[in-house]
Amino acid sequence: MPHPFRILAAFAALLLFAGCGPRDSATPATIKIGNLASTTGKDATYGQSSTRATRLAIDEINAAGGVLGRRIELVFEDTQSKPGEAATVAKKLITRDKVVALIGEIISSRTLEAAGVAQALKVPLLTPTATNPAVTATGDYVFRACFIDPFQGGVLAKFARDDLGARRAAVLTSISSSYSTGLSQVFREQFAAAGGEIVADQKFAEGDKDFKAQLTAIRSANPDVIFIPAYYTEVALIAKQVRELGIAVPMLGGDGWEAPELLQIAGTAVEGCYYSTHFSASSSDPKIMDFVARYRARYDGQSPDCMAALGYDAAHMMAGAILRAGSPEPLKIKEALAATRGFEGVTGRIDMDANRNASKPATILKIEGGKFLYLKTVTP
Amino acid sequence: MPPNPQSAPPPNSRLWTLDYRLTATAAILAAVAVSAFGGSINAYFLDVAMTAGIAIVMAVSLNLINGHTGLFSLGHAGFMAIGAYLSAAVTLFVGPHLAGPSPAAITTQLIFLAALVTGGLTAALAGFIIGLPSLRLKGDYLALVTLGFGEIVRVVFQNIQPLGGALGLNGIPPLTTFAWIYGAVAVTVFTVSCLVNSTYGRGWLATRDNEIAARSIGLNTTRYKITAFAIGAFFAGVAGGLFAHLRMTIDPRGFDFSRSIEIILMVILGGMGNTLGVILAAILLTLLPEVLRPVAEYRMVLYSLLLVTLMLVRPQGLLNLRFGKADKLKAES
Repeated sequence: MPHPFRILAAFAALLLFAGCGPRDSATPATIKIGNLASTTGKDATYGQSSTRATRLAIDEINAAGGVLGRRIELVFEDTQSKPGEAATVAKKLITRDKVVALIGEIISSRTLEAAGVAQALKVPLLTPTATNPAVTATGDYVFRACFIDPFQGGVLAKFARDDLGARRAAVLTSISSSYSTGLSQVFREQFAAAGGEIVADQKFAEGDKDFKAQLTAIRSANPDVIFIPAYYTEVALIAKQVRELGIAVPMLGGDGWEAPELLQIAGTAVEGCYYSTHFSASSSDPKIMDFVARYRARYDGQSPDCMAALGYDAAHMMAGAILRAGSPEPLKIKEALAATRGFEGVTGRIDMDANRNASKPATILKIEGGKFLYLKTVTP
Repeated sequence: MPPNPQSAPPPNSRLWTLDYRLTATAAILAAVAVSAFGGSINAYFLDVAMTAGIAIVMAVSLNLINGHTGLFSLGHAGFMAIGAYLSAAVTLFVGPHLAGPSPAAITTQLIFLAALVTGGLTAALAGFIIGLPSLRLKGDYLALVTLGFGEIVRVVFQNIQPLGGALGLNGIPPLTTFAWIYGAVAVTVFTVSCLVNSTYGRGWLATRDNEIAARSIGLNTTRYKITAFAIGAFFAGVAGGLFAHLRMTIDPRGFDFSRSIEIILMVILGGMGNTLGVILAAILLTLLPEVLRPVAEYRMVLYSLLLVTLMLVRPQGLLNLRFGKADKLKAES
């Protein structure tokens, strides 16, 4: 039986250990940028794509001589896809690693946590992929490199009405995801405003595996198109069950569909479906082809998805802002980020609007022959 | 202390009955010290220390239910969620009406206190209401009911749009400070320890040790179980309120089953029914993932490995010297 004081001593030692760690490992000549993303847990694929591309961009910038004559050092922390973790990580990056700016998080709810910390500690935060409007409303230090849900929902409603000629739409929303409820609401409003009719409005919750009840109701409503604003894991299962029930109409979704896993799991079920996203790797734009080639060369031939493209653009936007700021001070970087105009990224031309949201085009892709094919670009 | 030789603590109990007073005093001293020098302490360390404090309140309150009263509850995160949402609702929606647009600092603090108490009382009420029917169940059945309760709470908050729905509540004022948290730690540890060591608390221990025997001497074990449940839920609610005002944004997914498991781990690792052990386990399990940050992607693997090792080396809990059945038997033989 160990003496209690011995255990207490062990704790004290642990506390001391916690106080140590990598300190001043970098030369003071580097400019530190924090990167927080979920590279483990259920949102791991998004975080990994985004972080890889961010690192690729930073390495390119450093290879070209860095910014302001200094190298950029990317300090990465994983948020484990866990609520509550992003705030701790943001505090760690800002106060321990003394980063001058943050790139991240990936998911809107965790970005909101980190945004609160960044705003309070006055360090600019640029999220590559959080599309919920509430994120940048946190304060003047919070920016995003992607478009917001209302824009995407509007684009999809217009596409369904004008391009697909749909009159009757069914909506299947994930009630446990703010991303899904946000997109769904805008789509329903805009589709109705464009003269369409929402004939079925069904809901499910994250983690559901069986959607037959909702889909049977949708089938009896006889829609021309089914809008499924959800993430690829659920979309794949839903799509399979849609086809099993003999519903042949096209399905439509947002950027949550973007993942190679969608094609692997759903197979032919998603054939002939459409989704909107930030970027298409099959585009013929030389800038994009160049990025795709470099990404593939670095990461074993894997194609970049939209999360990667946004992570890449976010890193370049940040580096550009530091360059224009003329010094790596959070306040000046914030002002430079807010003044971003005409930034030519791989996800299109980006202007930062007055609410610190990126005003930029959306890309619509069609799934055909087991591939994501570029269909059209919609400008705001 | 009842003059019953059977329930008299073992010989080394003097040290252990002093523990809760020591812990509570240490918590208060830490709160005072950190509040005085708070400006010069790194915000990250402060954040980790505050997270640990909330974990302590959660673990000690669950220990009252799981450890002292022997009810296996898997729904502690549900009570935390109730406390978090209710207290946030008070500071966000009720507070401004009472205090006006620019309230004095003291008013804000009073409203925060009221919010925490509201959160705690609502959680206690929920504990009481679900306890009434379900605490007649035992063992696995009770564990299942509490598991279901935790999930129901999460789904209910997910569907209440005025409370943010799936996105959660944002813009909660950052009122939680180190002093508030460690004040709550002191109150929790002190209250729970005093209650457990009181005459009434013996009823909880009796219910845990042998329910049939306890009933046969006329103890209303269901009532004992419900009070333990409600008191545990109260402190979990307070911890939820502190969490909400620390993180400034709460999301229903933050209070899911895995959060309950995390707290249960602390209780089991600390040793069921051992307050000091549970406190240390709560600190340890909060610090471990932070200490392991430098190993990046292997962090969670290492964390799980350490947990398995700890459970193998000390299955009776880190510090369980008093209530371990094996120890007791050894002492008697």
